[in-house]
Amino acid sequence: MTDPQTLTHLQRLEAESIHILREVVAEVKNPVMLYSVGKDSAVMLHLARKAFYPSPPPFPLLHVDTTWKFRAMYELRDKMARESGMELLVYHNQEAVDRGINPFDHGALHTDMWKTEGLKQALNLHGFDAAFGGARRDEEKSRAKERIYSFRTASHGWDPKNQRPELWNLYNAQKAKGESIRVFPISNWTELDIWQYIKLNNIPIVPLYFAAKRPTVERDGMLVMVDDDRFPLEAGEVPVERSIRFRTLGCYPLTGAVESEAATLSEVIQEMLLTTTSERQGRAIDKDAGGAGMEKKKQEGYF
Amino acid sequence: MLEAAQESVYQVDDLISQDIDAYLDAHQHKSMLRFITCGSVDDGKSTLIGRLLYDSKMIFEDQLAALEADSKRVGTQGQEIDFALLVDGLAAEREQGITIDVAYRFFSTEKRKFIVADTPGHEQYTRNMVTGASTADLAVILVDARKGMSVQTRRHSYLVHLIGIKNIVLAINKMDLVDYDPAVYDSILKDYSEFAASIGISAFTPIPISGFKGDNITKLSDNTPWYSGPSLMEHLETVEVNQTAAQNQPFRMAVQWVNRPNLDFRGFSGQIGSGTLRVGDAVRIVPSGKTSTVSRIVTMDGDLPQAIAGQSVTICLADEVDCSRGDVIAAADSPPQSADQFEATVVWMADEEMLPGRPYWLKLGTQMVSVSLQAPKYQINVNTMEHLAAKTLDLNAIGVANLATDKPLTFAAYDDDRSLGGFILIDKISNATVAAGMLHFSLRRAQNVHWQATDVTREFHANIKNQRPSVLWFTGLSGAGKSTIANLVEKKLARMNRHTFLLDGDNVRHGLNRDLGFTDADRVENIRRVGEVAKLMTDAGLIVITAFISPFRSERDMVRQMMEAGEFIEVHIDTSLAAAEARDVKGLYKKARQGELSNFTGIDSPYEVPENPEIHIDTSIMSAEEAADAIIARLIP
Repeated sequence: MTDPQTLTHLQRLEAESIHILREVVAEVKNPVMLYSVGKDSAVMLHLARKAFYPSPPPFPLLHVDTTWKFRAMYELRDKMARESGMELLVYHNQEAVDRGINPFDHGALHTDMWKTEGLKQALNLHGFDAAFGGARRDEEKSRAKERIYSFRTASHGWDPKNQRPELWNLYNAQKAKGESIRVFPISNWTELDIWQYIKLNNIPIVPLYFAAKRPTVERDGMLVMVDDDRFPLEAGEVPVERSIRFRTLGCYPLTGAVESEAATLSEVIQEMLLTTTSERQGRAIDKDAGGAGMEKKKQEGYF
Repeated sequence: MLEAAQESVYQVDDLISQDIDAYLDAHQHKSMLRFITCGSVDDGKSTLIGRLLYDSKMIFEDQLAALEADSKRVGTQGQEIDFALLVDGLAAEREQGITIDVAYRFFSTEKRKFIVADTPGHEQYTRNMVTGASTADLAVILVDARKGMSVQTRRHSYLVHLIGIKNIVLAINKMDLVDYDPAVYDSILKDYSEFAASIGISAFTPIPISGFKGDNITKLSDNTPWYSGPSLMEHLETVEVNQTAAQNQPFRMAVQWVNRPNLDFRGFSGQIGSGTLRVGDAVRIVPSGKTSTVSRIVTMDGDLPQAIAGQSVTICLADEVDCSRGDVIAAADSPPQSADQFEATVVWMADEEMLPGRPYWLKLGTQMVSVSLQAPKYQINVNTMEHLAAKTLDLNAIGVANLATDKPLTFAAYDDDRSLGGFILIDKISNATVAAGMLHFSLRRAQNVHWQATDVTREFHANIKNQRPSVLWFTGLSGAGKSTIANLVEKKLARMNRHTFLLDGDNVRHGLNRDLGFTDADRVENIRRVGEVAKLMTDAGLIVITAFISPFRSERDMVRQMMEAGEFIEVHIDTSLAAAEARDVKGLYKKARQGELSNFTGIDSPYEVPENPEIHIDTSIMSAEEAADAIIARLIP
């Protein structure tokens, strides 16, 4: 008998996530993976490929698109779909398309229509009864209490007081017709775990996470990258080339950049560890409705 | 020691800025400990967690700024930072100032990553504590030094012990408020030691702390020179985790999913519950009992030579054996058992009370079966540990009950193996998780799928009786004379020193089959049971004589299949319905004709005549004596 080994924290997290992915596939009819192209999505997709290897993951990827993501995100999205052998579904809320909803003119309505409504429409359209999401408990206070399996009513509502207890590694996937589950397989990962796992496994991520000279303007104290010519520059305004990178990725006009020289994964992690502001500060979305912003969005059906 | 601990924080920062790769290498090899903190509302639990996050530098500047602002606005610590505000999450509870659910927090030190389950200390929230404790390696039980042990301290300790946590820390908190008095600490320690022993907690680690001031949290405090250590953090960094301990158990893995991308590959995916698995190991599939050897352990990063408890793997076997979700792959020489009746501890977690007899779903490992519970044997008062009489269990009640599943469940006692002993119950209508439970043992301990080979064989039993075991299966209409002839046969055999036993239809219905009626389903079960009993008796070497109408061919054939070839002798006592009815010894035909008896064979329930009985007795031409002699002549030529 050899001495017992202690698994590293990353090995344990990986094993837990794979267990969750397989449980869902075994117990629900029509699962889907929400793929936002960010680093958390990249790790979740990699875990799915590991969980079902040598089979491809037995579910499609769904990108609820706003048409306002960074160009580099669309490129990586299409490449990863090809590489993983998974079907990629891209959904655009037609009403948002028709009304020309955009982040410059419509503020909170932009997120609500493209993402919150778009997600509900896409799930209804395909009849998905479980959707994997890459949310983590360390991201934000209300998420610390979120379950791994988060139940949504037929209208996609979330009731924080009526979630099922989760004991051991036993998840209850029973649900009524029309109800669905949002499943968060990387709930217990921290930002550092994500980065380290990406490094150890050479997982491809969007180059915007690494510092490079990019055209930027300052808006409301936030550095915003001018990613395409839809960006409404003010009279006389000229984008400034700055060495920047992003800590989170979303719609480019809503995502704040940080000035940085970190051009490698090690440097990015180093900067993350030495930084003194929390990850989501770069996102305008969390600032709505004060401290309870994310919780309110979740009750409305946002992921 | 104190300075060394403080220095290390700065060293980490230096390492990150000077040699990030060395830092990452160190971080990569950290292990993980999951723990739970338990205390009542005012024991300072949230403050302790906030302190751990703060001291391990897991709080960012913007969070700290928000925390300082919040502390002034709604904090309970005056102008000082209220760490509790860091960890109290949902809007509703922020307003009430109470934690209402299980929240998970993360921090890491140089040695380990930690996941803390923060659970409420509220009177009514047993369910949340049990939930948080179910995944924990260790529990920190907080006691307010000013108040000493409370009812909650007892309850939390009991629950932690119930869920099987072996590493318990008794954190005697708020030592700053009792002037770090060792006498206070000693007195609480003495009370707790007595209590812990009384409920079966064999060991715990007491630590005097102040979550608010930081004493003995990350380093030993100058304020408690009478305490020699360890600090809370030091203890958390070095205690053994469950995953390591589970490797010393026999190998077991519940199959989650069969991986079959094409005809050339068939893998069984799951998370290893216990033990270690190497390529070439002999394994047994439970419940089928089929054995094979492990040919590959497959991962996307290449095949592994071995895998250990806690890992999620895909296993290939050398043989084409049936195996699917719900099966357990186990070490061939140490497989778990299967059973369908159990005693278990049940923690009720729903507003709607438990309904004895109602079918619920039971999920254990990857198995899902229908289950019904009997009324609890008793409920446990979690404050006093007293056993109380109870007819049901309501929200947060804990009791012990028997339960029966509709299919055999592969299981282990929870104390031996959490992965095959812990279960949840799910309401079939609302789909809510209504209870958690821990199996103690099966109620039919003998019903083990792995047939125990005994040294004294059935041949040996038969040899010392100097006879060939057999079953003389009498079948025929009611009143045909089965019992009369069977009785004569047994008497004659007894005179010949043969060891016999007569199973009579009417007699068996007074005992073994007292619960059965005369519907078709009950007649089938009646015969099945009698067949099993007869089978056991032939194993014991007896000549078994049975006298049952046994009207259906398929059941007589079923019993024939149970026996060794040549041992089942079907004896048709053939009487016409008219003759039997004319005789009507028990007056049953008359009652049946008058409609007072239903399902009566020959009247309103069919008798299927044997097609090729070994012995045919025509009672219209033979007396009972003649019939008995003919049967014995056939049996003992």
